[in-house]
Formats: sequence, C-alpha cells, structure tokens
Amino acid sequence: MSDIIYNKFDWEVQPPHLHPDYKSTVFRAPTKPLIALKQSLAELSGPVFGDFNLGPLDHDLSKNSIVNGEPLGERIVVHGKVMNENGQSIPNTLIEIWQANSCGRYVHKVDQHDAPLDPNFLGAGRCMTDSEGNYKFYTIKPGAYPWGNHYNAWRPNHIHFSLFGANITNRLVTQMYFPGDPLLQYDPIFLGVPPKGRELLISKFDLSITEDNFALGYRFDFVLRGNNATPFENI
Amino acid sequence: MKQTPSQTVGPYFAYGLTPEQYLYDFRSLADNKMVSFTDHPEAIQIEGQVFDGQGNVIPDAMLEIWLKDSENGLFGRFGTGTETGNKFVFHTLKPKPFANEAPFLSVILFMRGQLIHSYTRIYFEDEQALNAKDEVLNSIPAERRNTLIAQKTKYGYRFDIHMQGDQETVFFDI
Repeated sequence: MSDIIYNKFDWEVQPPHLHPDYKSTVFRAPTKPLIALKQSLAELSGPVFGDFNLGPLDHDLSKNSIVNGEPLGERIVVHGKVMNENGQSIPNTLIEIWQANSCGRYVHKVDQHDAPLDPNFLGAGRCMTDSEGNYKFYTIKPGAYPWGNHYNAWRPNHIHFSLFGANITNRLVTQMYFPGDPLLQYDPIFLGVPPKGRELLISKFDLSITEDNFALGYRFDFVLRGNNATPFENI
Repeated sequence: MKQTPSQTVGPYFAYGLTPEQYLYDFRSLADNKMVSFTDHPEAIQIEGQVFDGQGNVIPDAMLEIWLKDSENGLFGRFGTGTETGNKFVFHTLKPKPFANEAPFLSVILFMRGQLIHSYTRIYFEDEQALNAKDEVLNSIPAERRNTLIAQKTKYGYRFDIHMQGDQETVFFDI
C-alpha cells in the first residue's frame, strides 16, 4: 500500500449531523463522537461504474421520460467540473441526478404535495464526467415545494446529486441551488451548512453555456475530498 | 479548494437512486444482489433494520455496502422502504480477511434527517479469533464494540443500526 491518505470532512464547510432547526435530525443524528479510523484498502477503494452503460437519454431529463409531449417548465442546461481539493479534475466519474418537476412535485409515491405530476417528466438522470472532469446535462428547472418542517416551510428550487469520486471517502450526496433564490435564507437544510460553505452550493447563471432559443445555462462545480499525494496548487 | 458541502439525500431518493427496487421506470445502477447464490453457493444474506432515537424503524434510509478484499470489489445499494418491517437485505460474500484483520463490510448510510452521510462497518460474530485481535475493533470502547458485529441467524446474519440510544451504533470518521 502507498502512503496516500485522503483528507477528512472539512467541518468548516460541512454540515453537522445535528441541526435542530431541521427537525428530522433530532432523532436521526448520531450523538456519540465518531471513532477515528485509519484508512485501509476498503476506504481507499470504491465502486467504478465504467461498465455501466448509460442510457442514450440518461443525461437529458427533459427528454428521458417523454410519453406524449415535452415536459412543462423552463428548460435548463447544467454544466461544471468535478475536482478534488487538490484541484485535480476527476475524469469518468458518475453523477446521479434527481429532482422535483417544474411545479415542485416529485414522482415519489410518498410525495403528496398538491401540485400536478407531469406525465412527461420523471426527474431522474445521470451522466459521466469526460476525460477532463467536465459534465453537462439537460433538465427542467425544478419548482419550490412545501415540506412541513415548520409553518410555511418551503424548499428552495434545488437539484439532488450523488457522486462517487476516487473511493468511498469521496462519496458525496448534495443539492445544488439557484442564484438569487429568496427561500434560501429560510431553509434549515441549506442553513445547516456553515456560512463559509453556503455559497458553494449555489450555481451560477452562465450565459456562455446558455443555448440560443433553447435553454438557460447554469454552472456548478463539485469539489470532493483530496489527498496528501500531490502539492496543493491553484488551478 | 474547499469541499462541496453535503446535503441530505431527502425522502425522495428512491426513483433516482434505487428505481427498480421501488418499481419506477428507470434502470438501477446497483441493487442488493452483490452476488447471486446461484454463482456463489457460499454467499451470505445480511438483513437488519435502522432505528431512530425513539426506537422507530426508519422507512426511508438508503444503505450502500462496499466489500473490498484480495479478490473482489463488490457494491450494493438498498432502500429500507420496500421489505416487510422496512428491513434492508443484501446478498453478498464474507470478505477474505487480510493478515491479522477481521473481515468486514463498509457501510455508507444516508437518510432524511442526515445532512451528511454516516460510515460504519459490519463485522461477523463467527470470526471471534480475528475479531479479538483486530486493531480497529480494539480501538473501540468494549461496551460499544458489539454494535458492529452481525449476529448469525438461521438465514444468514442480522445487523441492526441504531442512530441513537444505549445501543447507538459506532460510526467512523474516515
């Protein structure tokens, strides 16, 4: 084994387990201190999905569930780069995507919000980063929805992501938000992140990726945990 | 560069991350059959429940299991919302132990109410000799060690996860 050690969670930007304003954390957050673990081969390896053949429309949520017409809502294209803390890009890594439709309704059977389902929109997709760590997918801008955490609790517009990266220390599940959303300042899930990390979850409107007469563009970069193998550099 | 902060998987991950298990029309990337009993007669079944701090079974957790040994790298994923009793069930192998290390499976646990995922490990009750001298197990206070040890049953192994309380499972900072 080499002496590569992956960085731990950076609690300057990562949310704590317990954040009482987000009520579900109260009985689900571990209460005892985490036990430090020396990383072994199990932590320094992880699943690779190179042999999983993505469907031809997996990267286009605006088209991958069409039954009888285009889904309703604002078509967007989201792109960015997956890197680690060392600034190295992470090629050929899988990104899984899920979200509500433009009315703020999830296909999920448990979601009973009184907003319409869209017969032409599932809200699930995935894509891989290319050889330089870049990704891009198309979707419909998700709507806000109420969620019962407290009176008048509304989730800001967001897209859910799941990433694997280099090994299981890199595992990341997160949510991307949209610039200027007035609901962010009231959302306990977003505010569970320390102030220093919050901006990192807000995508940027990007005219350069916006497609004329077709879709608005947003940029969102992911930074996974880095390691001690190379000097830090500014990229 | 700063890490991208984690956010909860939320209650509605099923059609994105475990779609076939929950009968959504989208292909699953991974499921709970890490191996098949047909190809691997030595395969084992591990099942259990995830409990919250009030003793309720959590019906919307997602577990990922990673097995890495000298022969295999196997990945499984399963949500707790479809089985009787909201159990999780995995078909996997018992990992081959490395020298002086007890065999274990890595577990990554996600759920609504967790802003960031948790890591734990599954060790095996019937590996007493290796468990007794395992460095990681011995680094854990003796009274909490058994929270990481799957119990042998008629059908395989049972491994419950307690988020809180007297039996709170050991979670690792990896």
